[in-house]
Order: sequence, then structure tokens, then C-alpha cells
Amino acid sequence: MSGTFTTSTARNIFYGGTLFFLLVFLALTFQNEQIIPKRDRREMLANPQIAEGKKLWETNNCIGCHTLLGEGAYFAPELGNVVVRLGSKEAVKAFIKGRPAEGIAGRRSMPQFNFSDKDLDAIADFLEYVSKIDAAKWPPNVQG
Amino acid sequence: MQYKSQAVAKPYFIAALALFVAQILFGLIMGLQYVWGDFLFPHIPFNVARMVHTNALIVWLLMGFMGAAYYLVPEEAETELHSPKLAIALFWIFLVAAGLTVVGYLTVPYATLAKVTGNDLLPTMGREFLEQPLLTKAGIVVVALAFLFNITMTILKGRKTAINTVLLLGLWGLAVMFLFSFYNPDNLVKDKFYWWWVVHLWVEGVWELILGAILAFVLIKITGVDREVIEKWLYVIITLTLVTGIIGTGHHYYWIGTPEYWQVWGSIFSALEPIPFFAMTLFAFNMVNRRRREHPNKAATLWALGTGVMAFLGAGVWGFLHTLAPVNFYTHGTQITAAHGHMAFYGAYVMVNLTIISYAMPLMRGRAANSNKSQVTEMWGFWLMTVSIVFITLFLTAAGILQVWLQRVSDNPMPFMMAQDQASLFYWLREWTGVVFLVGLVVYLASFFIKGEEKAAA
Ligand code: HEC
Ligand code: HEM
Ligand code: HEM
Ligand SMILES: [Fe+2]
Repeated sequence: MSGTFTTSTARNIFYGGTLFFLLVFLALTFQNEQIIPKRDRREMLANPQIAEGKKLWETNNCIGCHTLLGEGAYFAPELGNVVVRLGSKEAVKAFIKGRPAEGIAGRRSMPQFNFSDKDLDAIADFLEYVSKIDAAKWPPNVQG
Repeated sequence: MQYKSQAVAKPYFIAALALFVAQILFGLIMGLQYVWGDFLFPHIPFNVARMVHTNALIVWLLMGFMGAAYYLVPEEAETELHSPKLAIALFWIFLVAAGLTVVGYLTVPYATLAKVTGNDLLPTMGREFLEQPLLTKAGIVVVALAFLFNITMTILKGRKTAINTVLLLGLWGLAVMFLFSFYNPDNLVKDKFYWWWVVHLWVEGVWELILGAILAFVLIKITGVDREVIEKWLYVIITLTLVTGIIGTGHHYYWIGTPEYWQVWGSIFSALEPIPFFAMTLFAFNMVNRRRREHPNKAATLWALGTGVMAFLGAGVWGFLHTLAPVNFYTHGTQITAAHGHMAFYGAYVMVNLTIISYAMPLMRGRAANSNKSQVTEMWGFWLMTVSIVFITLFLTAAGILQVWLQRVSDNPMPFMMAQDQASLFYWLREWTGVVFLVGLVVYLASFFIKGEEKAAA
């Protein structure tokens, strides 16, 4: 490296460059906040069941096996569009309710969570809400 | 070792390695569950093993970073650590909190754990990598702040070098970004958006500053190249990191309900993210080639060069592979992601920790380097683990390509579970390679106990 490019020049470029691109990122984030109300279906959150469903989703660590909009674990099916894939909220609830407590021999198994019907309704409402988020046409097909 | 207080790093390094073992054991459990679905079910369901695997990883890397800071900062600042007692107290607090958290994961249902640890007060649990109970998260913040206080005070009273400044910036950044783990709105899109401010801005942002600083420190010590040259490289590397990596966050905003302009911003900036990793490879090789002394610790040199190469392969090459939006549309959330996650975490953060441990442990044990016999064993550990992770990555990539093809691209998309069955050969190969990784880890650990003729510390 040449004599004019000193460590303190490098340091100044570091601070200046970082600050500049951080500000650009914050501007993009600001714009993001302006646009997402059109895509994130926040009006559906007026139904308190959905927040309740999200909480059940979290406190039972569903993300530890499943992906949701492609993020999470890769052990079990994508659930962002599961209401569409299984055809209805009823089918989703029946699936969750029907898991055998001891698992299925040799097959990747999902726990039996012993949810109440109220809990199941909340989870199904949450998953339906996720399926309505505008995710830029992802996933490529119904299999997730 | 030039300052007595540097020795507080030792328990941190030892605990880090113990957690590394736990991480790998749970990795092997999951690897088996991939092909033998109900293995240990319902006692250790997959999600529980996964939490232990990933959280042990994160905690041991943090332990390693803290150990590295305690070792390196006094030497750079040319003064004793502000408070060695505080450092030891924090060590025990952190270790006990981590231990209790793992016991909690393994012994009570996650929903019960959430209830008894006050998740209702402020729901933060149940999100990938941030599964820790509120208490643990608060504990992490307290430990991090007290640690930063200790390190900052040390630097303030001593010499300020580029290396300890960059390290400090990285560590503060780490703590600040972690605060976003307390933000968990009901709106899933916002939840996901800010979740990445922890995860992405850690590994592709502030952690890279820590990585660069540790690597620079070890390279100065083992090569004897002028500080001036090394510090200039360090600034260039971290400039490239943050200039590309901050907006590069956009590569996670393609399909989660965020605006489509992120597909452009994210693709362009993240496509440039491999550049700082490549610069790091050049940096490591250049400095070693221009070395002015023959340091007796050959193993540490190997780890430093290995970090340069493997971080570039795992983060740079495997990251680039799936980072452009049109590709990511098909690979998002598949085994391709897992392949990249493994090689990137290993190549960058596992290896840099093993680099500083390899360099510092002999010095803390009163010698410049371990005996030749011990170093040869350590290098066997290096090659076994590194070659294993390469093959694990290749097998997962093969599984991922098959998965993408069957489940997402073909005219007649196959359901997830059927596609997974088709990939089972690759999962078996991954699992056996994982066993070799474990053997490598055991060999590596054994090297600590091998005696032989040693050179006294300089
Ligand atoms: C230990 C891992 C694990 C956990 C935790 C888990 N699941 Fe599952 N889940 C699975 C597996 C494996 C399947 C596929 C089962 C099969 O096809 O036999 C599945 C399937 C499903 C399906 C059907 C998907 C389809 O396309 O057929 C739904 C719906 C579902 N899970 C919901 C949930 C919810 C909600 C939670 C959290 C309360 C949850 N799961 C937690 C492993 C898990
Ligand atoms: C050696 C044997 C190992 C095995 C068998 C193994 C297995 C696994 C499995 C099965 C998963 C879960 C994938 C899923 O979500 O479906 C996983 C996740 C993960 N592992 Fe490992 N692992 C091993 C070693 C490692 C090492 C050495 C590292 C770190 C360097 C590591 C880091 C991770 C990370 C970061 C994740 C989360 C990945 C993601 O979300 O994309 N693992 N591992
Ligand atoms: C050392 C640095 C890096 C580490 C430790 C790392 C680790 C990870 C991990 C663990 C994930 C999975 C996250 C999840 O579970 O959802 C991930 C995702 C991703 N990484 Fe990296 N990464 C690094 C650098 C990079 C770089 C430099 C690029 C781009 C060139 C990149 C591109 C991506 C992309 C596109 C995804 C999303 C995958 C998906 O859509 O499923 N990463 N990374
Ligand atoms: Fe990223």
C-alpha cells in the first residue's frame, strides 16, 4: 500500500463509510415502515385471537421444527401457507389435535401439545393471517 | 503472557470448549432424527435438541469472544485489566445462567418454561436463536454491560490501538444489537424485520469486527509484521464489511411481507459481502508470507490461515450461492441454508475462537508453544474437523439441491415429507461425517493433555 494511504486515512474512511451506509439503511427502513401497512395485513390483528395464536406459536417453539415464511428449522413442512395446503383451518386444527403422543414409529414426529379447542382456534387464526401476508408470491408452489 | 490479569481468559476458553462438545453431541442427535424420525421422541423432540445445539453454539462463541477480549485487551492497552475479580464473577454468573437454561430446555416443556420465567410480562421467547427465557436474556445484557465496562475502563486507562478500538466497537455493537431481541410485536412482518437486526447484523456486521481484531492480534504476534501494516488491513476489511453488510441485511427481506425494492438492494449489497471475507483470506496469507520471525506455535498459524480460507468459503462462496433474489426464491429455507449456516459459522467464528485459544492457552500455561507432539495432535484435530465440515456442507448442499428440485421446481411438486425421504442418503452421509467431526474434536481436546519438550515462554 502506498505512502499516502495511511492507517488514519483508512480509519477515517471506515467511520465515514459506515456512517453513510448506516444512514442509507435507516432511510430504507423508514420507507419500509411506510409501505408495509399495505402488505402485512395489520388490520387482521384487530382480532385478538391472532396475537394469542402467535404467542402459542412462540411458547410451544413450533419454529424449532418448522419454517414460517421460509425462516426457522428445516425438519418439518413450511407453515406460512399450510391453511391453503390443507384446505381449511379445520383441517389444520384436526392435524395438530391428531398427533399421537408417542410419535409415529420411524417417522419424523410432531409432539401432542394437548391444546384446548380455544387454543387451536387461535393457532389456526394466526396461521391463516400469515397465509394472507403479501410475501411477493413466495413460496413457489403450494408444497411450500 | 505479559500481564497477570490476562489469565482470567483461561476459564472462559475452557468453558467454551466444554459447551462446544455439548453443541456437537446435540447436533448428532438431530442428525440422527433426520433419518430416524422418532429417535428419543418424545423425550428430546427435535426442536429441543436444536435449541441446545444453536444456543450452546452462540453462548460458547460469546464465551470465547470474552476470553479473547480479556486476553488481548491488557496486552494491547499495556496495562492490567481494570478488574480481574469482576471478570471471574461474570464468568460464573454466565456459566450458571447458561447451564440452568439448558437444564430448563431439557427438563420441562417449553411452554412451562415460558410461563415460570415470566414470558407473559414481555414475550420474547420462541423465535429462532432467541429462544432463551426472559431471565436469561436479561442476564446476558447484565453480563455484557459489566464485561464492557471492565474492558472499556482498561482501554481508557491504557494504550489505544486500532485492534482494541475495533474489538471494542464490535463488542459494543454486539450488545446493542442484542437489545432488539426484546422487541417482539404481534405484527409478524415487523417481528421478522427486526429479528434480523440481531441475527444478520451480528454475523455479517459487528461480529466481523471482533473476528478481524482477533485475527489481526494473532497475526501481529505470530508473524512479527509491522503493526502499521496490519492495522491498515484491519480498517480496510471492516470498512468493506459494514459498507456491504449493513444494507446487505436486505437479502432477508425478499419474502417476509416487506417491500419488493429489497430484492434489488439486498441482492446488490449482499453480493458484495464476500469481498471483505476474501480480503481476510489475502490478509492472513500475506502476513504469514511476509513474516519476520518463526513463531514456534505452528498450530496457531494453521488456525489463522484456516479461518481466512474457511470463512471465505462458508460465508463468501456459500453465501453468494443463494443470496441473489431470483435464486433465493427457490432456495429460501431449505437445506441450502443449513449448508451455508454450518460452513459460515464454523469457518468464521468457530475457527477464530480456536485460533486465539491455540495461541493464548500455551502462553497462559507458561510456555511459548506446546510440544511438537501436542501441536501435531492439534493439527490432526484441525484437519479432521475442517474436512468434516466441508463434507457436511457438501452433503447438505446435495440434499438441498434435490429438495429444491423435487419440492419447488419440478412440474409436479412433491410434498415436503416425501422430498425429505428422497434425500435420506445424504442425511446419512452427513451424520457419519458428523461422527468424524466429533472424533476430530476429541483429538483436538486430547492435544491439551499431551506433554513433551516445550519451549519456555519468551
Ligand atoms: C418436534 C418437531 C415439531 C414441532 C415442535 C412442531 N411440529 Fe408440526 N410437524 C412436525 C412434523 C415432523 C410434521 C410432518 C408430520 C407428518 O407428515 O407426519 C409436522 C406437521 C405439521 C402440520 C401439517 C403440515 C402439512 O403440510 O401437512 C401442521 C399444521 C403443524 N405441524 C403445526 C405445528 C404447530 C402449530 C406447532 C407448534 C404448536 C408445531 N407444528 C410444532 C414436527 C413438529
Ligand atoms: C458435527 C456434527 C453436526 C451435526 C450432525 C449438525 C446438525 C445440525 C442439524 C440437524 C441442524 C438443524 C437443521 C434444521 O433446522 O433442520 C443444525 C443446525 C445448525 N447447526 Fe449444526 N450440526 C453439526 C455441527 C455444527 C457445527 C460445528 C456448527 C457451527 C459451527 C453448527 C451450527 C449450526 C447452526 C448455526 C444451525 C442453525 C442453522 C440454520 O438455521 O440454518 N452445527 N445442525
Ligand atoms: C460469517 C458470516 C456468516 C454467518 C455465520 C452466516 C450464517 C447464516 C445462518 C445461520 C443463516 C440461517 C438463518 C436462519 O436460520 O434463518 C444464514 C442465512 C443466509 N445467509 Fe448467511 N452467514 C454469514 C455470511 C453470509 C454472507 C456473506 C452472505 C452473502 C453473500 C450470506 C447469505 C445468506 C442468505 C441469503 C441467507 C438466507 C437463506 C434463506 O433464505 O433461507 N450469509 N446465514
Ligand atoms: Fe444475512
